[in-house]
Amino acid sequence: MAGLELRGVRKDFGSVAVLKGIDLSIADGEFIVFVGPSGCGKSTLLRVIAGLETATAGDIHIDGAEVTRTAASDRGLAMVFQSYALYPHMSVHQNMSFALENMGVPKAEIARRVERAARMLRLTDYLHRKPGALSGGQRQRVAIGRAIVRDPKIFLFDEPLSNLDAELRVATRKELAALHAEIGGTMIYVTHDQVEAMTLADRIVVLNAGRIEQIGTPLDLYNRPANLFVAGFIGSPRMNLLPADAARMPRDNFLGDAVTVGIRPEHVQPCAEADADLTVQVDLVEQLGGETFLYTTALGCPGDLKVTIRIDGQSALARGDRLPVRLRREHLHLFDSAGLACRPDPIPARSHA
Amino acid sequence: MTDMMRLPEAAARRPAGLVAGGAQALMRLTDPPMRALQRLIGAARMPYVFLLPNLVFFGLFVFLPIAINIVFSMTGGTALYPAERPYVGAEQYARLLDCGSYLDPGSCQEDLFWRGVGNTLTFTVFQMVAMVLFSLGTALVLNRPIRARGFFRAVYFFPVLLSPVVVALIWKWILQRDGLLNAALTMAGGQKILFFVDPGWAMFWSVFVSVWAHMGFYTLILLAGLQAIPRDVYEAAEMDGTRPWRVFHRITLPLLWPNLLVVLVLVLIRSVQVFDEVFVLTGGGPGTATVMIVQYIYTTAFANQVQNFGLAGAASVLLGAVLFVLTMVQLFLTRRRSS
Amino acid sequence: MTGGLLRLLTLRRGGRGWHWTDVASYAYLAVGVLLMFGPVLWLVLSSFKTPSALLEFPPSLLPMAQAEVRVEGYPQPLPLFTVTMEDGSVRELAQVRRIGIAAQMVDPKEPAKTIRVPVDRRTPVRHLAFAVGNYTDPLTQFDFLRYLRNSLVVTVVATLITLLINSMAAYALSVYEFRGKSVAMLGVIGTLMIPITIILAPVYLVVTKLGFVDSLWAVILPGAATPTGVFLLRQYMLTIPRDLIEAARMDKASEWRIYARIVMPLSLPALAVLAIFSVMWRWNDFLWPLAVLTKTEVHTLPIALNAFQGELQTQWHYLLAMTVVTLLPVALVFAFLQRFITSGIANTGMK
Repeated sequence: MAGLELRGVRKDFGSVAVLKGIDLSIADGEFIVFVGPSGCGKSTLLRVIAGLETATAGDIHIDGAEVTRTAASDRGLAMVFQSYALYPHMSVHQNMSFALENMGVPKAEIARRVERAARMLRLTDYLHRKPGALSGGQRQRVAIGRAIVRDPKIFLFDEPLSNLDAELRVATRKELAALHAEIGGTMIYVTHDQVEAMTLADRIVVLNAGRIEQIGTPLDLYNRPANLFVAGFIGSPRMNLLPADAARMPRDNFLGDAVTVGIRPEHVQPCAEADADLTVQVDLVEQLGGETFLYTTALGCPGDLKVTIRIDGQSALARGDRLPVRLRREHLHLFDSAGLACRPDPIPARSHA
Repeated sequence: MTDMMRLPEAAARRPAGLVAGGAQALMRLTDPPMRALQRLIGAARMPYVFLLPNLVFFGLFVFLPIAINIVFSMTGGTALYPAERPYVGAEQYARLLDCGSYLDPGSCQEDLFWRGVGNTLTFTVFQMVAMVLFSLGTALVLNRPIRARGFFRAVYFFPVLLSPVVVALIWKWILQRDGLLNAALTMAGGQKILFFVDPGWAMFWSVFVSVWAHMGFYTLILLAGLQAIPRDVYEAAEMDGTRPWRVFHRITLPLLWPNLLVVLVLVLIRSVQVFDEVFVLTGGGPGTATVMIVQYIYTTAFANQVQNFGLAGAASVLLGAVLFVLTMVQLFLTRRRSS
Repeated sequence: MTGGLLRLLTLRRGGRGWHWTDVASYAYLAVGVLLMFGPVLWLVLSSFKTPSALLEFPPSLLPMAQAEVRVEGYPQPLPLFTVTMEDGSVRELAQVRRIGIAAQMVDPKEPAKTIRVPVDRRTPVRHLAFAVGNYTDPLTQFDFLRYLRNSLVVTVVATLITLLINSMAAYALSVYEFRGKSVAMLGVIGTLMIPITIILAPVYLVVTKLGFVDSLWAVILPGAATPTGVFLLRQYMLTIPRDLIEAARMDKASEWRIYARIVMPLSLPALAVLAIFSVMWRWNDFLWPLAVLTKTEVHTLPIALNAFQGELQTQWHYLLAMTVVTLLPVALVFAFLQRFITSGIANTGMK
């Protein structure tokens, strides 16, 4: 088990800069999730950490030791690939013991470790099958087992659940969380799925266009997004982002120099006409039983201003209905012209370029 | 490619066990030193290690010989070692190319070379026409919905695998004075023909035997091309009421053309280098009627009393230049076909 | 008429009963079978004939030998004939000797009495007989076993070396990015254009310098690195997912181990194709061995056959039998791997 330290890591492919200076410090035993839209560099960052790509600049330390130029095989990390990358010509047992054989671990020890991992992952009955004869979920578990037997310094996961169907994805997500609780290793997990990120991570690293937008605990990111990008990226349905002067709110000392006001759908509340900040017209009602989403257009505003509203329970509203709403003041997110959050307390924003 | 790879699995499994056992033993032996080597030079330099043996072989047996060949062609004498050979400049080439008239080999100083060139040209022209006609015809028949297509394809292909010596001996036995063919001729009321005494017949059978031995290969390429033509194109043509000749001329031929072109160039390249079958079948005879360029090079360098490596080298360089051009054409065509 | 012929050339007909073009197709194929298989069959049949039967003209289809009988009072077995007697009756008689146009014959049942018969009244009694001696004699009289062994050694060793070094090069050229890769690729393509036919003498010099003349290594080594083999294997290795190789690297495998334990097992189908090609090339190789193997002890089968057929008194009965033996392994391999070989060749466009 070990910590990881990245300092000013950059990666260029030819003239294209994919990572534009990453500073990151990961503590021993942490579960870190890299999240971001496709093409943001999260997979590249993981591969740079793994040693499968060499950083163009900056340095990487694992457990205090500099490994920037160390080959992947000598970094002591284990990786679960998106495609699982199981060796198709080897049985499950051979897949899991391959790395241990490479390390020169004695046979008895190999058998013991494979046995234990197989039990943990419910693979004991499949040890002599080839990957081709396994289901998607089982293959996924073999890939994880291959990492576990190594007892690596850090586990790396590259979108490991993206090839599973929705139901299996939820189940495996829970298993991964349980696994982390059980073996307690440092884990770095790449995904584009924010639900995975929110449910699994100790801390989430939000990446965009080769930079870190924000690092924080899941709720931190949800409650206190550092900038417009994170505000829009985390949360589903997305946070409503309105021009500051759209709502009937006093500009003066409350809004300050904010240009954009953000409010999550659950914080937009229907209210009496007199208290309303906005009046909206309902375009679409999504009844989920336990909750209801209203997709609306604000009236009396320039442009087509869309507002999403979440209501607990069920609603009798229908398309075309008009609704006065109030934005809950204590949950307003204010952003300045640069897109950064305006808060009295300092919040770590973008990593410096 | 993938289709080919799927087929052998069952066939490969049993020997695979044996091979795997040997490979594993080899692995145990080679792994520690290779691991040490990687630690010594670093993983980034390992590709050179993997490339090295092949490059050594290519260097020793292809690139170095090409250089030596050029040296040979510009030196004289009978010594094998280039250092012991006196420099003569373009003399060998001049001797090869010294002709009263290029249409009459007898007027050339090195007349055997020119007879070889003439014979090879004759052989190539007839071989190309016959090979394309027969392999195209066979491919068209095999492409029809016939029973036991695999069997017939195998029948035509079978001689491709035979050693040229075996092929030549099979036919030599049939064509000899008291052979099967002459027996058939006399039974039909004709006269025995001494096929290897008559220059025309010797050349005819040289071409015939080459076509017999290799047409299966080209048939296979053309058949693959024919089967790649989508069925619905033919059905559309049928719906349009297209006459058979137009279907062949306007659909089959244009769509097959890339394959046909590759076959033409391949036949050309191999005809220019023809040696084995003809050499064993006729020995170059009668007289010099079937001596080919490669046989000239071989005899000049090895079989003659005086081994003339210089002259052979010069002839090789000339042949090599022709082959180089032809291969470039082939690479160009194959690339265009695959893109 | 021409329309029909053209129909034959173009149509892919469904199973709509027999059309005359179908008949023509099968006729063409039947002639093809006769022409392609016939000569080989004739070779095999002939290889079982005795020397005297081989000299017969016109030759008999099957290997026949004249029947012989032992007759009391004659030390040698006598050849048996069917004789039409003057009275029109037909008898089987053994021939004692032939004098001019008359033959002195004897009835095996009455050994004491000889009969004179004009030679044109008798025909030999013949039966099917396989002259197995054609096959067994060369084993003892010539070094046939040695040639066979030489060919086997060359084929097996050369194929193993080819598989090893070509797969190593293909691995380097498919898995890695490194400085000089394009030069290496160009070099491999370059060798594609240089058949051994045009560098015969210089390769001979190199082999001499290396001290391999008149050893089997002279035949094995020069063709071991084949550009076609490198291309075939590289093309296949490119289809192996990069993830597998990276996973192995994460699993702390050395580069050699990745090659040997991951890439090689996964390339088995392509290796099998190359192995078959290599066996064919080596078993049939002619021009280069002819140039470099001058001592008979190191002759391979094709070279031995060629030397044998060039002798003044060609002993056809032995030559034919040895030709059959040379042809046999290839025929067997083909019989078992026919579909595999044809599809392999159709897909790679080489032989």
